[in-house]
Amino acid sequence: MDSSLKAQAAKELLGAYASRQPIAPLTETYPDIVFEDAYEIQKLQIDQMLAGGRIVKGHKVGLTSAAMQNQLGVDQPDFGHLLDDFFFLEHMPIPMDRWLQARIEPEVAFVLGKPLKGPGVTVAEAIQAVDFVLPALEIVDSRIKDWKIGIIDTISDNASSGGVILGGSPTRLTDVDLRLVGCTLLKNGQIVGTGANGAVLGNPINSLVWLANTVGPSGVTLEPGHVVLPGSVTKMQPIAAGDTFVANWGALGSVTARFAKEN
Amino acid sequence: MSWDIDSVATELLACEAERRDRVKFTDEWPELDVETGYKIQDETLRRRLERGEKLIGVKLGLTSRAKQERMGVKTPFVAWLTDAMILPADLPVPQDKLIHPRIEPELVFIMGDRLEGPGVTGAQALAAVSHVLGGAEIIDSRYRDFKFLAGDVVADNASSGAYMTGPVALPPESVDLSTEAVLVEVDGAIVDSATGASIMGHPAEALALAANDLAKRGLAIEAGWVILTGGMTDAVFAPPGSSVACHFTSLGSVFFNGGTAPEAS
Repeated sequence: MDSSLKAQAAKELLGAYASRQPIAPLTETYPDIVFEDAYEIQKLQIDQMLAGGRIVKGHKVGLTSAAMQNQLGVDQPDFGHLLDDFFFLEHMPIPMDRWLQARIEPEVAFVLGKPLKGPGVTVAEAIQAVDFVLPALEIVDSRIKDWKIGIIDTISDNASSGGVILGGSPTRLTDVDLRLVGCTLLKNGQIVGTGANGAVLGNPINSLVWLANTVGPSGVTLEPGHVVLPGSVTKMQPIAAGDTFVANWGALGSVTARFAKEN
Repeated sequence: MSWDIDSVATELLACEAERRDRVKFTDEWPELDVETGYKIQDETLRRRLERGEKLIGVKLGLTSRAKQERMGVKTPFVAWLTDAMILPADLPVPQDKLIHPRIEPELVFIMGDRLEGPGVTGAQALAAVSHVLGGAEIIDSRYRDFKFLAGDVVADNASSGAYMTGPVALPPESVDLSTEAVLVEVDGAIVDSATGASIMGHPAEALALAANDLAKRGLAIEAGWVILTGGMTDAVFAPPGSSVACHFTSLGSVFFNGGTAPEAS
């Protein structure tokens, strides 16, 4: 795929954010698109966003559950960027006019205390770099019509990123066995999903290791203060105006996302 | 042929003894409803006790949404546990006794007090529990491909097979079972996970349901009984040669090895 077509794909995706009109899968519009093009298309959009004054505050890792990987026919995760205006406050109404077809996923967020740069990062170094974890809800959204995504589509689309709600109770990794910490997701007071953190690549720390080692070779360091979302513990759930979601993480506390009733 | 309580009970126990599956009875006996199913279940229990097995508790089936959706059945069921169903730790899945075993993680109660319905609440049920454990049930069905209607599965003792309990027994006040999680591993790969909230919000609600359901038949849950509260996740196959582990947040882990294929008879 030549660079002008990549620029065009990036422009169409940026346009979808603005118009809130999803576009056809890139794999349909650009049949020659290959895996390597996808991260370049993502980067073109992120560069545009940063040029507009936005700031990278971390990353998300997606496609981390066996169910999602089977669904998309892949055996590896993907990543996207988290920008400063992705972050929403717990209990405050989250505007609905920002999304095309938003869904929500419970995750534990890693907050880094030290820089982490791959390749060659080990689990030991990743744990050492994590300052604490926070209960979190991730809003995922797709600029691709009806979420008809393959791995190339979602990578090009910033790994279907949308927003983040962080809970305020930090826990150190020395105090929990993160793999066996469970989460119950409630939508408007009703249980809609449950799971354990080990559903995320066997252990969410594996997502952080994968991310550091994947972005490292292109010169990217994960920075202190950055938030890394390692992947969802349950199936994603659709969001409608007025919905309230609570992720109850037991020992890690809980986090609430409240969506505005109207735009 | 035309079926009745007696002949279905005979056929189910024969299927179990011979490791033979069959089509569901409701194909030939559409009137086999849940109420009739329980009569068959009680008849098979009577015969199990007559041949020397000991009644040790009850198990609940289809208490989680995951299991209800998988089986297309909307209500939980109660069934009987006897000592013949105990699988001690470190013994292989008894392939020579089971037709198509599947494993599902469960939260297990040991009763401290007798619990008699009707009108038992989740809170009262939890107060009657002396200890909670992690565990797993090896379910098996006498029906081909686990295909059945509600009356069939109740008659079949809610797909009972065997069960194993984990290494940690905690008093109920020391663990929040709604946030107690389990991670299911097959041949080393993570395949599923859930929390205790998947069991009707809290497994004590399943215990209350069992007490209230048994009260309809004039029965109570007795002190000392073992209660399997139902699969937290969908069940995973446990063929010969496989390994399955269920890791709990604070209740330890249970491990199964799939054993070897039974010799053809």
